[in-house]
Amino acid sequence: MSWIDIGALDDIPPRGARLVRTGKGCVAVFRTGADEVFALDDACPHKGGPLSEGIVHGTSVTCPLHNRIFDFATGAAQGADSEVTRTYPAKIEAGRVLLDLSRLSGRSAA
Amino acid sequence: MEKLVVIGAGMASGRVLEHLFDAAPGAFDVTLFNAEPRGNYNRIMLSPVLSGEKSAEEIVTHDADWYARHGVATRFGERVTAIDPARKVVTGENGEVPYDKLVIATGAAPFIVPLPGHDLPGVIGFRDMEDTGAMIAAAATPGATAVVIGGGLLGLEAAAALRLRGMEVTVLHNSGHLMNRQLDEAAGYLLEKDLARRGIKVITRAGTERIDGDGKVEKVVLGDGTEIAASLVVMSAGIRPRAGLGMAAGLAAGRAITVDAQMRTSDPDIFAVGECVEFEGNLFGLVAPLYDQARVLAKTLLGEEDAFVMRELSTKLKVTGCDLFSAGDFAEGEGREDIVFRDPARGIYKRLVIEADRLLGAVMYGDTADANWFFGLIKDGTDISEMRETLIFGPAFQGGGGPSADPLAAVAALPPEAEICGCNGVCKGTIVTAINGGAQTLETVKAQTKASASCGTCTGLVEQVLAVTLGAAFEAGGAKPVCGCTELTHEDVRRLIKARELKSQAAVWQELGWTTKDGCHVCRPAINYYLLADWPLEYRDDPQSRFVNERNHANIQKDGTYSVMPRMWGGMTTPEELLAIAAAAKKYDAAVKVTGGQRIDLLGVKKEDLPAIWKDLNDAGMVSGHAYTKGLRTVKTCVGSDWCRFGTQDSTGLGIKLEKRLWGSWTPHKVKLAVSGCPRNCAEATCKDVGIVCVDSGYQIGVAGAAGMDVKETERLVDVATEEEAIEWSTAFIQLYRENAKYLDRPYKWVAKVGLGWVKEILSDAAERRALNARFDVSQSVYQTDPWAALVTEEERKSWSSPLMDMSREAAE
Repeated sequence: MSWIDIGALDDIPPRGARLVRTGKGCVAVFRTGADEVFALDDACPHKGGPLSEGIVHGTSVTCPLHNRIFDFATGAAQGADSEVTRTYPAKIEAGRVLLDLSRLSGRSAA
Repeated sequence: MEKLVVIGAGMASGRVLEHLFDAAPGAFDVTLFNAEPRGNYNRIMLSPVLSGEKSAEEIVTHDADWYARHGVATRFGERVTAIDPARKVVTGENGEVPYDKLVIATGAAPFIVPLPGHDLPGVIGFRDMEDTGAMIAAAATPGATAVVIGGGLLGLEAAAALRLRGMEVTVLHNSGHLMNRQLDEAAGYLLEKDLARRGIKVITRAGTERIDGDGKVEKVVLGDGTEIAASLVVMSAGIRPRAGLGMAAGLAAGRAITVDAQMRTSDPDIFAVGECVEFEGNLFGLVAPLYDQARVLAKTLLGEEDAFVMRELSTKLKVTGCDLFSAGDFAEGEGREDIVFRDPARGIYKRLVIEADRLLGAVMYGDTADANWFFGLIKDGTDISEMRETLIFGPAFQGGGGPSADPLAAVAALPPEAEICGCNGVCKGTIVTAINGGAQTLETVKAQTKASASCGTCTGLVEQVLAVTLGAAFEAGGAKPVCGCTELTHEDVRRLIKARELKSQAAVWQELGWTTKDGCHVCRPAINYYLLADWPLEYRDDPQSRFVNERNHANIQKDGTYSVMPRMWGGMTTPEELLAIAAAAKKYDAAVKVTGGQRIDLLGVKKEDLPAIWKDLNDAGMVSGHAYTKGLRTVKTCVGSDWCRFGTQDSTGLGIKLEKRLWGSWTPHKVKLAVSGCPRNCAEATCKDVGIVCVDSGYQIGVAGAAGMDVKETERLVDVATEEEAIEWSTAFIQLYRENAKYLDRPYKWVAKVGLGWVKEILSDAAERRALNARFDVSQSVYQTDPWAALVTEEERKSWSSPLMDMSREAAE
């Protein structure tokens, strides 16, 4: 695990998201209503919709383009939809959001 | 356990399995072959998938989980090549499977008319998911054109769906009128006119000669030499049973595999069901008899008594907005009489065919509300001599009660054995039993009885049965819960938010017993709206409960860019504004589109550029056009008495005043207005949510028009003499709508539910109008602000869309 400090929890709106831009595409960092953080690829595997712009509810987000719902913990779409988006380990320490993006290295540049 | 092998996973065999697993779970060890690489889906809903009104996922009837739960070994995507009745073995592409009992459900194939060129790429039937996918792909090419050969039920559904996807569509039909097997000439004519209005060209008596093209379809040539360009040709000239497998196995067959009333073939252990069978010389294509066959076959397999009988069939066309119905026999003949009703203005045609005091057939177009009642009379052979004079007006006009406009009364009068759902053969009694047994919503009735579960055209009728049975406990059309987070309907929630003074989302979740922590993407935007509309001063709008467009004050496009549209008051602009718009379009590399709402749309703007383009437009004196909101959109006007020879009033001026009063307000759905300066109606005011037509004596205010998914003329709310009154009434109407309508109901839908009479009654009270205007003012004091101007400093504009962290340069190095 290699944790990176990406910013303060308060920089992310509750039930909202902010982006971390990388050389291999954007990662969406979500904050739930209960102040948990999760990180997902910011591209819906269906049509590339920006998940960071979706409505956050419970521990999932609804893609703004076609309403696919992704679970933060698994990255899997709900119901009959079979897509899975990549998740990244995320945690909060002393009000700071830490992200482990080591899985990014295996990914081709988007 | 007995080994049951089923060949074909279509609607008929799917229903057989449902019956088997319901009645005797575990009685059979089932292997299911399907040549299509998937399980059972609702094939008759392919047309809505083609049109985009439904997704492929939505029409799946059995998913992998269902098959697993019932222990079905699925061999999808595998063709069966042979049946050996002597060894009782089925041979698939991947090997043999032995059976004790075999069900052949191989269905039918579209009939490809053997015209020259029928084998060119681009010529397809309309039968399965692959065909549907191919058509959707073909429609995606700009300028693509389609020819549909065959103007029957399926062909027309395909044509309408392709048209909805933007294709130029021509329907070629060999007979003299469309759907000639189900409709008479008059109804066929109305249908043709309706399709023409949707931009679908119909050629009857077409005499198609050949299909031409170099390596792929390019055109269709008719007998008279007419050439029609086509990149896609859909063959929809009927179906042919797929009976080859059964015939090769030596089973008795005519045009299809012969079965007896127990669905048994000439081999005692082999059964057949669906479109691949022939029963007493009849072939099958509609779903209702297939389901009857499925029920009988399941009983036969379980050793119970049942027999398949032919019954009367009825037809409805699943094209949104085209209401037609036909049933029974409506050919002319000796001793037959017609009763015909026509209302050309409304495009309504009804014809009843009567023989010896019995109703033999019925054709209706434009108004099919009473179709099921007539269908019942046909099936039951009811003696109609007593009601003959008023028969054509339907059930509401029968009996001693005199005319009644209440559709519920008609449903209440139906006997228990009246059929409600034609697809699944569900009668009223079955539904009432289910309701009394606890099924109190449309969804549960659907799940328990299958009523309205197939083509869905009887949904309204099922809701009416619910309403009649449950009385006040059921609100017709509104009984669906908001979403999966609650059992409450939108109407309940609105009422409770007001009555219990719930002023925050948390209060709603808690007091109304939400089952989720903070709602979902369906309920949150609705609740956010209800709260801000009812408590403008107490509740604070929550951007995180808004759809992306309303959060980013711009419309997201399919590629993730946005469109930006400044307001043009009443459709008026200036050279200075146009220069600023042109400069912005160049600076941010935007495509420029003139909209139907008399404004200019800048498309393709990147999210990070939004604050800057807003500032540029703000600096030129323009504000957000709110083209992205459930709120006040545009007020379209004509030039009116300022310029026009015919103008009676200053329609532009009134439009501008209305827009300045109403802009910025949030509403349950988008709201569009128009003001026309005279009855020539150049601003198309009579299909708007609120449309004003100026006349010499003043202003005619119409409301509840529509020109989207539905097209509907406005209904007259009131005529007033002055501009001030026109503005006061319009505002009061919109505030009443804001306070009462269900989220995502346009005004025309809301008015249809509450009735224009109720709206008029409230608004005709001057004190009530003043109070509504006052409450609107309070709301505007909070919400009439330009979101584009909210970012004041350069710093704010920069950070608005900046990433939390940018590691892209790091990673690149």
